[in-house]
Amino acid sequence: MNIATTRNLTIAFFILLAAGAVSPMAVGSAKFPQWLEVVLGGLMSGVLYSLVAIGLVLIFKASGVFNFAQGAMVLFAALSLVRLMEKMPFVVALALTVAIMVALAWLIERLVLRRLVNQDPIVLFMATLGIAYFLDGFGQTIWGSDIYTLNVGMPKEPKILLEGTFEGGILVNMEDVIAAILATIMVAGLALFFQKTATGRALRAVADDHQAAQSVGIPLNRIWVIVWSVAGLVALVAGVIWGSKLGVQFSLQQVALKALPVVILGGFTSIPGAIVGGLIIGLGEKISEVYLGPMLGGGIENWFAYVLALVFLLFRPEGLFGERHIDRV
Amino acid sequence: MIYRETGQFKTTYASDQQLFPILQDRIFVIGFLVFAFGVMPFIGSEYLFRAILVPFLILSLAAIGLNILVGYCGQVSLGTGAFMAIGAYSAYNLAVRVPDLNLIVIFLLAGVFSTIVGALFGIPSLRIKGFYLAVATLAAQFFVDWLFARVKWFTHDSSSGNVSAPPLEIFGYGIDTPAQRYLFVLAFVCVFALVARNLVRGAIGRSWMATRDMDVAAEVIGIRPMYAKLSAFAVSSFIVGVAGALWAFVYLGSWEPLAFDVNRSFQLLFMVIIGGLGSILGSFLGAAFIVILPLVLNQLPGWLGIPLSTAMISHIEFMVFGALIVFFLIVEPRGLARLWAIGKEKLRLWPFPH
Repeated sequence: MNIATTRNLTIAFFILLAAGAVSPMAVGSAKFPQWLEVVLGGLMSGVLYSLVAIGLVLIFKASGVFNFAQGAMVLFAALSLVRLMEKMPFVVALALTVAIMVALAWLIERLVLRRLVNQDPIVLFMATLGIAYFLDGFGQTIWGSDIYTLNVGMPKEPKILLEGTFEGGILVNMEDVIAAILATIMVAGLALFFQKTATGRALRAVADDHQAAQSVGIPLNRIWVIVWSVAGLVALVAGVIWGSKLGVQFSLQQVALKALPVVILGGFTSIPGAIVGGLIIGLGEKISEVYLGPMLGGGIENWFAYVLALVFLLFRPEGLFGERHIDRV
Repeated sequence: MIYRETGQFKTTYASDQQLFPILQDRIFVIGFLVFAFGVMPFIGSEYLFRAILVPFLILSLAAIGLNILVGYCGQVSLGTGAFMAIGAYSAYNLAVRVPDLNLIVIFLLAGVFSTIVGALFGIPSLRIKGFYLAVATLAAQFFVDWLFARVKWFTHDSSSGNVSAPPLEIFGYGIDTPAQRYLFVLAFVCVFALVARNLVRGAIGRSWMATRDMDVAAEVIGIRPMYAKLSAFAVSSFIVGVAGALWAFVYLGSWEPLAFDVNRSFQLLFMVIIGGLGSILGSFLGAAFIVILPLVLNQLPGWLGIPLSTAMISHIEFMVFGALIVFFLIVEPRGLARLWAIGKEKLRLWPFPH
């Protein structure tokens, strides 16, 4: 970990600390348990945003594509899983969905990315928008467009913790806790994969410099397939968690819009950024919704994350952990 | 054979700098305008005006506005729907609160309001670049969506959040029939297309394009990036705001904030990209493509005699739309305007091989 990353981590930590310190003052210490509930809830939903954001960052790092289709991939993965589970046991369905996501990655590389090499980033971005439209339509054509409940055995009922410490205790959603644990395992797995395997090393090389990587013999096309597959798997995990929380439906596709402020806040090129960004956005969103929302008439969570990210960017234009970009003529 | 400029000498600066330097182009454009203004209102059907031409013209106008920002100045914006909404709602408020105001003045003032907000949201572009900026403009989109849905003052305390435009009237003449609406919109679009075309080939347009190609280099040769970027945001949101007011008043009649949501922004971005970045003509071609495509896709199963449920049709529409966009980007990433230019180049030689 170099100095810049450490510094950024410290900054992020202090921002979290400041946010945490200011909000109870606004509330008064009498409502501390409720405040803690809000904070925990915010952090948990932040983890879920991070999940989608990580998929975005992976693809952006390895291929320079801003993948707007990540939300559509989440929906598609969840839809495939839920419909396959009706016909076969969970494990088989899961394996089959994984196979579908890998096949999808391969098709995208074959049919789209390979033909758009060397185009402007905006053209590639529009292509992923096209993929998103296609996947939305395709998924609903073959799997149907109703709301499906996805039950993978996550406990639904909330638990009350720390009853001894506070009066009434703290209400914690067990589902969220499990989601957070799953996300942590996945991030750790990804980190191991990136740091310890030959493929991971190749991926990092491509992310650093396409041309240099190619010149030492790393096959770019295969790397892209792998990266899109990994992003597909991340989408699957996000889809399972979001899907069992909200039900598998078209609006699941909107979580991509939630992940965008997370990525710009954390920096497009950084996985730690996606995680920290997700936590900040989740926390900020919940706190603002509970303590600021009533003043402004409610429903502010749709834009608050964006405005928060925008204000952040004014001070750090590359996001928290993004690579500092130096323009040369 | 017909389309060649041999023998057309330019002997004055004025003839060298005119908008369409080639005689055949001038004849074509004038003929087209005469047809659009003089013949079309008499031969078009009501459906043609209402469902195709009016939305096409208004969205072309919005696409021109967006193209100035994205295609000429290189600042990707995903907040176009928001600026259309600001145009629409300020026109509504002006019309309701100041009833004696002339309709044209209302539309232009709506553009002014949109300009102010656009320039405000353009300020981050001075520091943020590329996709960071694109996502930041989404802040404008979601904030404006929320503002018009929640703050009752803007919708004149309408209980459902749905507002209706007053009857359209200029100088005592009502604009009621589809043909009149078409002419009204057409006049607006022509004026703005002319203004935009002249802006982008003038000094200000050059400064936009220099900023787009490389902002640091542009700064080095003496272009003020703040002035260039903010003026692009201002001009773009003015045109988009007027288009939004037209969309609400002339096309929709009554609307809710959902009419200007983020999907509208994406739709306009599609138009600009498929039509061709940095081309006024491309904005028209892209708008025509995006307006007509869903209509065709909707009718196609009926024509082919395949019975499909409406839900199925809408899903397949999504699929085909997405696939076509990817297809177009692969075949010609520089858009329909580029195809048009290639065609014109070919026409200069035709029918001779060299």
